[in-house]
Amino acid sequence: MHESPLHAFHLKHNAQMVPFAGWTMPIRYAGIVEEHKQVRSSGGIFDVSHMGRVKVSGRHARRLLERLCSRRVHDMQPGQCRYSLMCNDRGGVRDDVIVYRHDDDEFTVVVNGANREKMLGHFEQVRAAGDLSVKIDDTTMKTAMVAIQGPKVMGFVGKFSTEIPTLKRYRFTVKNLVVAKLTVSRTGYTGEDGIEVILPAGMVDMALKLILKDVDMDAPDALVKPAGLGSRDSLRLEAGMPLYGHELGEEINALSCGVDFAISLDKDTGEFAETFIGMEALKKVQENGGPRVRLVGLAFEGRRTPRQDMPVKSGEREVGKVTSGCLSPTLDRPIAMALVNADVAAPGTRLQVDAGRAVLEGEVVSLPFYKAPKG
Amino acid sequence: MSSPADRKYTSSHEWIQVAGDAGTLGLTRFAVEQLTDVTFVEMKKVGTAFKAGDSLGEVESVKTTSDVYAPVDGVITEVNKAASDDPSLLNSDPFGTGWLVKFKVSSGAGLAKCVDAATYDRDIAH
Repeated sequence: MHESPLHAFHLKHNAQMVPFAGWTMPIRYAGIVEEHKQVRSSGGIFDVSHMGRVKVSGRHARRLLERLCSRRVHDMQPGQCRYSLMCNDRGGVRDDVIVYRHDDDEFTVVVNGANREKMLGHFEQVRAAGDLSVKIDDTTMKTAMVAIQGPKVMGFVGKFSTEIPTLKRYRFTVKNLVVAKLTVSRTGYTGEDGIEVILPAGMVDMALKLILKDVDMDAPDALVKPAGLGSRDSLRLEAGMPLYGHELGEEINALSCGVDFAISLDKDTGEFAETFIGMEALKKVQENGGPRVRLVGLAFEGRRTPRQDMPVKSGEREVGKVTSGCLSPTLDRPIAMALVNADVAAPGTRLQVDAGRAVLEGEVVSLPFYKAPKG
Repeated sequence: MSSPADRKYTSSHEWIQVAGDAGTLGLTRFAVEQLTDVTFVEMKKVGTAFKAGDSLGEVESVKTTSDVYAPVDGVITEVNKAASDDPSLLNSDPFGTGWLVKFKVSSGAGLAKCVDAATYDRDIAH
């Protein structure tokens, strides 16, 4: 079991540690709901060091990523990040990733922790098949990654660096400390404004002190408090963001997952035309009227929480399965995402979830469930 | 924090307190910490007869749904409405106001399988 570079930090803040994707990670500190509300109202700091950080560099680095990514890479500027899927040749989802472009031929790809080994193998296989000149360097173990998220985060981060609050969404900058580099991006997985920071594993204590210098995380009214993977999950669910193993998977068609913005089926046209793996299969699905199954949001009456894999029904007919559910701390009602037949995917459609001993009455609603007010 | 010594404990993390033929049952602090924030409590109705090993109802948390099991035979005499109305009572006071059901014990034979607080605390530490 891998320990994160923030392990001592977690223990100091009384985290409940759980095994997650081969790592021991904090599921909560104070409490999942309390942390969730702290992030929505002020700020939280998450350890996401279990996610894979892979440097991809060399003469053919861009070409390798064009083959892998469902979105274009060539038009990314240095300092830009981009959310993308990586598919299998059937159009299923191998992973969803963030690509950082450092330079013409230097990138970092952040992959899901549970998929790191698989995706490293996939990168190498695609590299070898194309005989591409690319260095693939897994930097996960020598780096840490933290996400600092919430409406008040950009305010105090400005004290550490006046540049960071000027970053646009999905842009990043590299801050040079004395002996270390911090990659700071305006990205996140909570539906709130904030940053994600990649830093050398040995620099965590020093870097946290620099970034959070005026914040006493143990104070009851602290602007930023530690937040665990439990609240990260309920936050991303409210924000309608898919998660690998739930809304995304090898057997789930990429066009079903509600992330069409991240699939460029015209990528094989124009300058730098490239075909990505899975593109042909996805085009066929599109030409044949689109996917049969769609990701939807469901909002429920009552207090019971729908859970992954529970059947979704329209009367007696089974029309899909729940992929994620929670009692939304912000909306104070149960919510879920589900993959359902396209004919029952329209907002307003009444659907039921079979929870075994109870039937949960729900309605299709548009995603996201929650959108942060513009600050 | 040690569990109260005035009751018995099951391997599925319920506590049970019996005085004469009147029993009270809830979940241990360890159990609710594993569940994390409790969001929903639904016990079976007053008058329901149960055997040792039967489910007395369900407790849902942010993370999961869990059954609550009876260690003895009996009939439910009272369900904690305060806990159904405010499930966070289980997190804040699992051994006190966060109790789940009261019941009349018809056979306490299952109590022999329950352990005392010291043994329970040792078991969960492993």
